[in-house]
Amino acid sequence: MILLNQLLQGVFLGGYYALIACSLSFMFGVMRIVNLAHGSIVVLAAFLLFVLADRFEISPWLALVAVVPVMAGLGLLLQRFVLDRSLRGGLLVPLLATFGLAIVLDNALFESFGADTRSLSPYIGDLSYNSWSITEDITVGQLDVLILAVAILLLGGLQVLLSRTRIGRAIRATAEDPGTVGLIGIDARAVYGMATAIAMGMAAIAGAFLAMRATFDPYSGGAQLIFAFEAVVIGGFGSLWGTLAGGIVLGVAQNIGAAIDPSGFFIAGHVTFLTVLVGRVAAGGDLFRFFIRRRRA
Amino acid sequence: MAEPGTILAASGLGKRFGALVVLGDVDFAVREGEAVGIVGPNGAGKTTLLNVLSGAYPPSAGRVTFRGQDVSALDAAARCRRGIARSHQIPRPFSGMTVFENLLVAARAGGGLRGRAAELRCLDALEQCAMMPLANRRGETLGLLDRKRLELARALATGPQVLLLDEIGGGLTDGEAADLVGIIQAIRARGIAVVWIEHIVHILVQVVGRLVCMDAGRVIAEGAPGDVLRDAAVIDAYLGPSAHAHPVG
Repeated sequence: MILLNQLLQGVFLGGYYALIACSLSFMFGVMRIVNLAHGSIVVLAAFLLFVLADRFEISPWLALVAVVPVMAGLGLLLQRFVLDRSLRGGLLVPLLATFGLAIVLDNALFESFGADTRSLSPYIGDLSYNSWSITEDITVGQLDVLILAVAILLLGGLQVLLSRTRIGRAIRATAEDPGTVGLIGIDARAVYGMATAIAMGMAAIAGAFLAMRATFDPYSGGAQLIFAFEAVVIGGFGSLWGTLAGGIVLGVAQNIGAAIDPSGFFIAGHVTFLTVLVGRVAAGGDLFRFFIRRRRA
Repeated sequence: MAEPGTILAASGLGKRFGALVVLGDVDFAVREGEAVGIVGPNGAGKTTLLNVLSGAYPPSAGRVTFRGQDVSALDAAARCRRGIARSHQIPRPFSGMTVFENLLVAARAGGGLRGRAAELRCLDALEQCAMMPLANRRGETLGLLDRKRLELARALATGPQVLLLDEIGGGLTDGEAADLVGIIQAIRARGIAVVWIEHIVHILVQVVGRLVCMDAGRVIAEGAPGDVLRDAAVIDAYLGPSAHAHPVG
């Protein structure tokens, strides 16, 4: 029964990882950019929500309505002034540029907010601790259920966007061959800008739930990035439902690791990630094949 | 140069890459609904001319006009939305998308259509290129001839007034090339102007009414296909100055 509970909590933790990871996965799928500033961007959104809640007493739910478009707008600027320029320099330059951006963001947040840890949990009432008891040994937190549901909704929404809509098809065609879409009237830069805006809007939602379920400080971005990255790699780069599966595998591995030994949480997570990565590369490597294809195009 | 009926024109067009001059002072015009063929030895600048006309590169000198308006500063996407479509020598279908979806993106982005109008345009392009049975196949599963047809259909779906074709006949058998000629003739019959670069001259002359021969970045002959192919400068360019006794064509 305890093991079952660990499994279940692992699934919910995985939902949280998938939520953090979905914009990372989306940006890689569309633009082939691994956004190393992703964790810091999530934390930036968390700070925006915190300021609105703390100083202006705006409920985080209401504040999201404003923060999501603001972050999407920042995404447009990010694409226009950083990613678009760095993409022209090849695959490694965006990696360096976003790494630099992460350092700038982290330290700018530290400069403005200091080293205190913050949380949004005081602003969401009893949702932060309420839970449902399933049996005597198993309880599920209401916030955890909500996070998993939001992750599924976001990933499902993205999937529908990509497969059914006008902009989604334009995004897929651009992801497939950015050089050719101009010939059918698609402005690849505008599509990339739109995709980055969508990714940043989702990062804002991820930031809200990061801040509600735990504490954060200006340097929390790195850890978020690592778990998100691991979820994306386990699930397969660019695959949206894979990201959900990857997050859940990571969360379950960590919780089972923790049940065996208190320090097993991180060890089990990282070992699972490395096993999948090495297995992929040994089996012909999605990642490697991908990069080869990209160069030719 | 702005003769009535001219749809796409280049004047004084030049393109250089660093010190390499690929196009030097090219004047070129296509009338509405006309089919023009471009021939010339390898390295003559034919594909570069097409790239500058379609907007893949900006010209280094001169200008490109479409329906009397200067479009030199517009990129390929903007020119496509105005009505200049182009197909590539090496077909590049969007993989992971069906043939129909390949066309749908083109009809919506390049043709500016929505909903049912976009779908009807795609059906029409499929029909025109005899691709209806392949509508639900994925782009990457097609063979060479079908990929070339998809290039054509995708360009058609954008609703072009001028279609720029780059060696679409290359690598095909005679029978396959004949299929393609039939499709291009039908496209032309709809009043869409065609500019076609092709090394396989005998299929080219079945479609075009006028031939332009380029060499070393310049137009060296222009006129009715038979006359151009007998032109002394053209024979020199292809076969060297000693070949006058055995005209091609």
